[in-house]
Amino acid sequence: MKKLLAVLLAVMLLIGLAPVALAEDAIELKLFYPVNVDGPLVALIEKICADFTAENPNIIIKPIYTGNYDDNIIKLQTAFEANDQPDMVINLGTNRFSMVYSDYALCLDDLIASDGGDEFINDFVESFMIDSYVDGKIYSIPFQRSVNILYYNKDMFVAAGLDPDTPPTTWEELIDYAQKLTIRDDNGNVTQWGVALGLSTGSAQWTFTGLALQNSLDGSGLATEDGKAVLFNTNENIEALQFVIDLQQKYKVMQEGIIANGDLPTMLKEGVVAMIENTTGGMTSIASSGINFGVAMLPGPRRNGAPTGGGNIYICSGIPESHQKAAWSFIRFATEPERVAQWAVDTGYVATRYSAMETETYKTYLENRPQAAIGMEALKYAAPELTVFDCAKIWRIFNDYVQAAIIGEMTPAEAMEAAQQEATAALAKYQ
Amino acid sequence: MKRRINSMLLSGFSGLVSLLWLIPLVWLCTTAFTPPEYSMHLLPHTMPSLSNFKYVLDIIPFWRYFINTVEIVILTFGIQFITVSMAAYALGAMRFRGEKIMFLLIFIQLTIPNDVLILANYKTLAAMRLTDTKLGIMLPYLGSAFGTFLVRQSFKTIPVSLSEAARIDGCSTWSIIWRIYVPCSKPAFVSMGLMSVSYHWNNYLWPMVVTSSVENRPLTVGLAIFAKSKESGTQWFYVCAATLMIIAPLVIGFFIFQRKFINSFISSGIK
Amino acid sequence: MNHPEKAMMRRSGRLQLRNDMAAWLLLLPTLIFMLTFSIYPIMRSIYLSFFRLELGMRTPEPIGIANYQYLFHNYLFKKVMRNTGISVLLTVIPTMVIGLLFALAVNRRSRMIGLLRTAFFYPVVMPMIAAACIWKFFYMPQLGLISKTLAAFGVGEQNFLSSRSLVLPALAVVYIWKDSGYLMVFWLSGLQGIDQQLYEAAEIDGASSVRTFFSITLPLLMPTFLFVSTMALTNSLKLVDHIMVMTEGAPSNGSTTLLYYIYLNAFNNFDQGIASTLTTIMLVIMVAVTMLQYLSTDNRIHYN
Repeated sequence: MKKLLAVLLAVMLLIGLAPVALAEDAIELKLFYPVNVDGPLVALIEKICADFTAENPNIIIKPIYTGNYDDNIIKLQTAFEANDQPDMVINLGTNRFSMVYSDYALCLDDLIASDGGDEFINDFVESFMIDSYVDGKIYSIPFQRSVNILYYNKDMFVAAGLDPDTPPTTWEELIDYAQKLTIRDDNGNVTQWGVALGLSTGSAQWTFTGLALQNSLDGSGLATEDGKAVLFNTNENIEALQFVIDLQQKYKVMQEGIIANGDLPTMLKEGVVAMIENTTGGMTSIASSGINFGVAMLPGPRRNGAPTGGGNIYICSGIPESHQKAAWSFIRFATEPERVAQWAVDTGYVATRYSAMETETYKTYLENRPQAAIGMEALKYAAPELTVFDCAKIWRIFNDYVQAAIIGEMTPAEAMEAAQQEATAALAKYQ
Repeated sequence: MKRRINSMLLSGFSGLVSLLWLIPLVWLCTTAFTPPEYSMHLLPHTMPSLSNFKYVLDIIPFWRYFINTVEIVILTFGIQFITVSMAAYALGAMRFRGEKIMFLLIFIQLTIPNDVLILANYKTLAAMRLTDTKLGIMLPYLGSAFGTFLVRQSFKTIPVSLSEAARIDGCSTWSIIWRIYVPCSKPAFVSMGLMSVSYHWNNYLWPMVVTSSVENRPLTVGLAIFAKSKESGTQWFYVCAATLMIIAPLVIGFFIFQRKFINSFISSGIK
Repeated sequence: MNHPEKAMMRRSGRLQLRNDMAAWLLLLPTLIFMLTFSIYPIMRSIYLSFFRLELGMRTPEPIGIANYQYLFHNYLFKKVMRNTGISVLLTVIPTMVIGLLFALAVNRRSRMIGLLRTAFFYPVVMPMIAAACIWKFFYMPQLGLISKTLAAFGVGEQNFLSSRSLVLPALAVVYIWKDSGYLMVFWLSGLQGIDQQLYEAAEIDGASSVRTFFSITLPLLMPTFLFVSTMALTNSLKLVDHIMVMTEGAPSNGSTTLLYYIYLNAFNNFDQGIASTLTTIMLVIMVAVTMLQYLSTDNRIHYN
C-alpha cells in the first residue's frame, strides 16, 4: 500500500515536471502578456497565436499570461535574471528605458528595414509611437493601447440642467459642472458626486500625467524626454495637485481620500458619480451597463492633455536569431490593419494604425459605438504616462507622495519637492 | 441563578456575534449569484443566476488553476508524509548523537516562517532553474518542522516493546516505521494533513512570487490577479463569483467534516 | 530512565555508530530541505545585508553596516516599523481575547454549538486573499456595506482605506475576523485539558463563574497561553496578503508593514541589499519575540 502510494507520487511528479517535446524544426516562441481589459482577452490572444501558427506551421506561439502590468514587469525581470527570458513580451511603453538599459529589449531597426520599412512605421499613430523610441532607435511596436477620456452620465447632466452634449473643456468648467452635479441628501451626506479621479497606488502617475499635460506651459508631462530626470516640482504640477485637493476639500465635488482607479467604472455604473476620468478600455463594460453615457476629451486649462497607456510588443534580447526572425513575422501578423481593427472592436483598446481605421470592420464599429471615435481625437493631445529609468521604483515614490498630499500629511508643494528629491537621487546613477 | 443568567447572556451574545461573523459569507454568496446588471445588496433581491460563474469560467482558466492547486496540495502532503514519518521516528523513538542539533534546526524553522525568507529562497530556486514550476512552490515546505514535531509527539507515546518485539521477529527499521508507528498515529497524520492542506490551498505570497504562467499558478494567485486588474476596473460580481468558487471546496468540506476538522486542529495544539 | 536510554547504554561502540547513522539517514530528507530553505536563506540574508546589490548590478559591493545606517535614519523605515508595531498590537490582543471568548462559548453543552463553531471557524479555511476581496468591497465608500450601514445610523462618510488613522484598524478588523477562530481551537485544546473536578469543586464551594474563570481557568491555561500568543504573533507578522490586495501600502505607505516592505524592496525596487537588511531585522525581531515569550511565561506555568 505504501509502495503503491510512493510509486503514484513518483509518477505524478514526473508527469508534472516533464517538458513537452517539440517537432524537429519547429520553433516555439514564448510571449509574456498582461491582461487588463474587461472581456475574454485571453481567448483573443490565443486566437491570434493559433491563427498565426495555422499560417506558419513551423512556428508555435505560446502565450504566457502573467497577470497585470505590474506582475508582468516583475515576472519579466525575474525571468531575465534566471536566464529564462521569453521571446516576446507585451510590456508598457513606459518601461522602455529600463528595458533598453538593462539590455532586455532587442533593437528592431534592422528587422524593420528588412520587412516593413518606413511605410509600416509611419502608419502607426504618432502618440503611440513615442513610446517605441530610445536614442532614436525603435525597440517596440504599439499593440494594445488606450488613452484616458472623460466619461459622463448624460441623464445626470439633464437632471442638473446641463446640456448633455456639451461636456466641460477646462478645469473651470469641470468645477462648475461638478458643483451642479453633486447632490446631497437632507443630512448633508452626498448621494451623488460630481467627479472622480483615480489616484490609487499604481494609478496616480497615470491619472496625474493627464493633469500635468493639461496644465504645463510647454506640454511636457512628469519627466524629461530622455527619461533621466523628473519634473515633479514644477509650479504647474504643484498647481495640478492642488487642483485635485481643491476638488475634494474646497469645492467638495469629489470624494475625499484616495479613490481606487479600478473602482471608477463601478461608481459610474452604480450612479454615485456623474463624471469620471477613465481609460478607453473600460468602454465596453460601461456601455453594457445600459447607462446613457457620453464621452469627451479630458478638460484642461491649457490643453486637452491625456495619458496614453497600454502595451507595446517587444522582442527580448538574447534569443537565437531564428527566434528573432520568427518573432518579427508574428509581430507583422498581429499588427495587420484588419487584425488591429478587430482587436479594437473586441477589446475597446484604440486602433494603433491609421489604415486599421479605414477598414470596414472599424467603420461599422464606429457606427454602432460612436463614442469610440473620441479615442482618436484624444490621441492628438496625448503623451505617454510617467516614463523614466527604474520605472517601478519612481512610480512608487510618486504615488506615495501624491497620496501623502491628498490625505493631508503634507502640502502639495512639500510632497512634490520630496518626491522630486527622492526620485532624483534614485536616478542619479543613470546620468 | 446567577450562573443561569450568565450562561444565557453568553449564549445570546455569542449567537449575535456568530451572525456577524457570517455576514461576509452571506454577502459573497448573494453577490455571486446576482447578475451584474443589478446593484449590490446584502440579501438576494433577484432570481439567482449563474451568469457570473459562466463569465468567470470563460475568462479565467479556473480549471487549470484548480488542478494546479490540487496537485500542489496533494503532492506536498504526500511527500511530507514520507519525510515527516522518517524524521519523527528518528527524533521520537531513537536516541543518537547530535540530536540536539536537529532539535535546534527544527526550532529555528518553527520560529521563522518561510514567508520572511522569500527573497533568498527565490534566488535559490532561480539558481536551480525551478522558478515558475509547481515543484518550486512545494520545495521549501517538504521538510516540515511543524509536521515532524506533531508526529513525533504521537510516536513518543508508542511503547518501545512493540518495536523490540518486531525486531526480534526480524523486522527492519523501515518496516517498523511503516508497519507499526505510522498506523498507530493516524490522528496525528489526519491533523497534519488537514493543516497542511488548508495551509497550502490558501497560500498566496510564495506561490505568487514563484509563478508567472497559467500552467503553474494556483487558485489564490489567480484570484488576486483577477481582482487587481488595473485598467478594467474591479468587477465585483465576477470577483465574488470567482472567490466563491475558490473557497467552496474547503468551506464545504469544513461544513461537512466540522467536528473532525476542529478536533484535528485541537489535537495539533499539544505542546 | 525511559527505555530508549537504557537501550542506548547497553549498546557497544560499533552498534552505536550504526544507530547514529541510521538516525541521520532517516533525517536526511528533512535535513536537506530545512538546510536549503530555512538555514541557508537566513545566512544568505544576513550576509547580503552588508552589501549593496541593486537592479542591474552583477556582483554585490561590500559596504559594511551602511545599509543599517541608512535604514535607521530613513523616515519610511521608521514609518513601516511603527505601522508594524501598531498592526501587531491591533491584531494579536483582540484575536487572542476573542478567540478565548469563542472557545469558552463553544466549550459547553448547548444546542447552538454546531452553529457557533461553524460561524467562528469557517473564515479560517478560506484564503486571506478571498477575505481581502470581500472586505475590500465592504470598505468601499458609498457603495460598500459598511458605508451603507453607517449611513443608516446617520454617521457620515468615511474612506477607511485611505485614512491615515483608520487604515490600520480597518485592516486589523479583517485579520481579526479571519483568525480569531484559528486561535479559538488552540484555546479549546487547553480548556479541554483542565480537570472537570476542579470546576465541580468550585461550584460546590459557591464560587461565581467569573471568579472560577480568573482563579481556575486562566492560571491553568498558561501553557496554552504561551502557544497561542506565539502563534498569534508569528501570524500577525507574516500575513500581508490582505495588504497586497486591499491597499498595496496606501495611503502613502500608511499600511505598509515590515514583510510587505521587504517584498517591495525585493520585487518592486529590485534592491537585494536593502531587502536582505530588512529581512535580517525581521529575523532578529522574531527570535527576540519568541525568546521573550518563553522567558516571561516560563515561571508562570501551572501544571495539574
